[in-house]
Amino acid sequence: MPQFGSDIFLLIANWIRGLFGANTYAADVVMDIVKFIMIYVVLVLAVMVFVMLERKVCAWMQLRVGPNRLGPRGWGQIIGDMIKLMGKEDFRPDNVDKWPWALAPMFFLGITIMVFAVLPFGRGMVPVDLDLGIFYILAISALSVLPVVTAGWASNNKYSLLGGMRSVAQMISYEIPLVFSLLGVVMITQTFKTSAIVEAQQHVWFVLLQPIGFVVYVIAAMAEINRAPFDLIEAESEFGCGYFTEYSGLRFGLFYLAEYANLFLISAVAATVFLGGWQGPFLPGWLWFAIKVLFMVFLIMWFRWTFPRFRVDQLMHFGWKVLLPLSLANIVLTGVGIYVYQLIFPGIGG
Amino acid sequence: MEVDNEKQHEADEMVKKNIILAKLDDVLNWGRGWSFWPVSFGLACCAIEMMAAGGPRFDISRFGYEVFRPTPRQADLMIVAGTVTRKMAPAVKKIYDQMAEPKWVISMGSCANSGGPFVDSYAVLPGVDSIIPVDVYIPGCPPRPESLFYGLLQLKQKVQNPAKVRLAKHGK
Repeated sequence: MPQFGSDIFLLIANWIRGLFGANTYAADVVMDIVKFIMIYVVLVLAVMVFVMLERKVCAWMQLRVGPNRLGPRGWGQIIGDMIKLMGKEDFRPDNVDKWPWALAPMFFLGITIMVFAVLPFGRGMVPVDLDLGIFYILAISALSVLPVVTAGWASNNKYSLLGGMRSVAQMISYEIPLVFSLLGVVMITQTFKTSAIVEAQQHVWFVLLQPIGFVVYVIAAMAEINRAPFDLIEAESEFGCGYFTEYSGLRFGLFYLAEYANLFLISAVAATVFLGGWQGPFLPGWLWFAIKVLFMVFLIMWFRWTFPRFRVDQLMHFGWKVLLPLSLANIVLTGVGIYVYQLIFPGIGG
Repeated sequence: MEVDNEKQHEADEMVKKNIILAKLDDVLNWGRGWSFWPVSFGLACCAIEMMAAGGPRFDISRFGYEVFRPTPRQADLMIVAGTVTRKMAPAVKKIYDQMAEPKWVISMGSCANSGGPFVDSYAVLPGVDSIIPVDVYIPGCPPRPESLFYGLLQLKQKVQNPAKVRLAKHGK
């Protein structure tokens, strides 16, 4: 029984499909294009909100007011910034490696957009419902280290190179706890499918069954996307702006966009896997999903403006000596828990 | 007579083109005026006042100018806050050259304006405008954060109304 509020996007999708009648091939192609455009539009709008939210949250944390001149209560500030970035000179220094330098920001954003294909934005609103959804998310987001190191290398700048090299060390060491923290949920649900994982959280969210997994995921994911307190890659006081020191204007804007898109991404994955995705009472599913993503974004911004930056050796020690054993212990605990559960309730669960 | 008509026609065409360009410029200038991203860079005691302007009591972020970029490539505005010594001058010039267009300079405090109390010294530049073009001068030793805000808002007026600036400078 489709309801108007909760299934409005499904109704629109069915209406578009209906336009093509029996020609299902054309309908599929058009639907794919529509889905891509929708993801892109949602992503850009969300990033605009997040950038403003970041500046506001930062101000609130520091007892300041934050931008309050342009637009209602200053929320239009991002429009001025965007127009300014579009009018900025596109500066290419001498001796950069031209093609890698130009392509790195595009790949960085493109890789992020690819991951959104498997996220359930609402009931039945998965753009591509892969059987290996979680695996796909991890595999594609692991690629995002490549554009970063490419940008650092191609810029022909020692600060950029240092930033890129640090990013390799950091992203690879935090990739492992990130994968293991999601493994607990996969063991419980016996599936990699994102929509099935959301369905399985109808009665209890996995943040209650997997508290250690959730904490490890949030920490490791923050390190994955280079946000403070793990922003060693862009440590201003140490080497300028890290891997995008040499980028100006819209190219820099692409990196900025991709960074906040990554923030959106890890918040959305956390909401899907641990916070019950679109499940929730009264409100439409996509609205619940948006609320949970905003909550996660606020939490991560809160961390950013609360904790000081790690030192490089502290970062490595924390990743390899604390998070990795913790996530492995979580897997063992989850296995034991599932075994005991099956002894008490035989025949339930996988 | 015919030649004049042709010239008139040509001038009209140019006006038409220029009107479109002017409109786009208006939008760009409007956006630029709202979003000066200063390069993180301070020279002397005026820089302390500049940092105080970023703090909670004065809060530069109300105007949207709090995004201090660590790299000159992404910055629009250079606040020369403090005494420019002859040893520092090449570095200041280099940072200014590295900034991407369009870029503006605010000279903050007596030292950057004119050398201030050190104007007689062989080691101090008599004003930063002897090496880079300055858009707004803020007097004071050091200027209070409110003065810095007034200077920033004056620069915003200047950026958003280029025609008025031209009139004030060169008359009709």
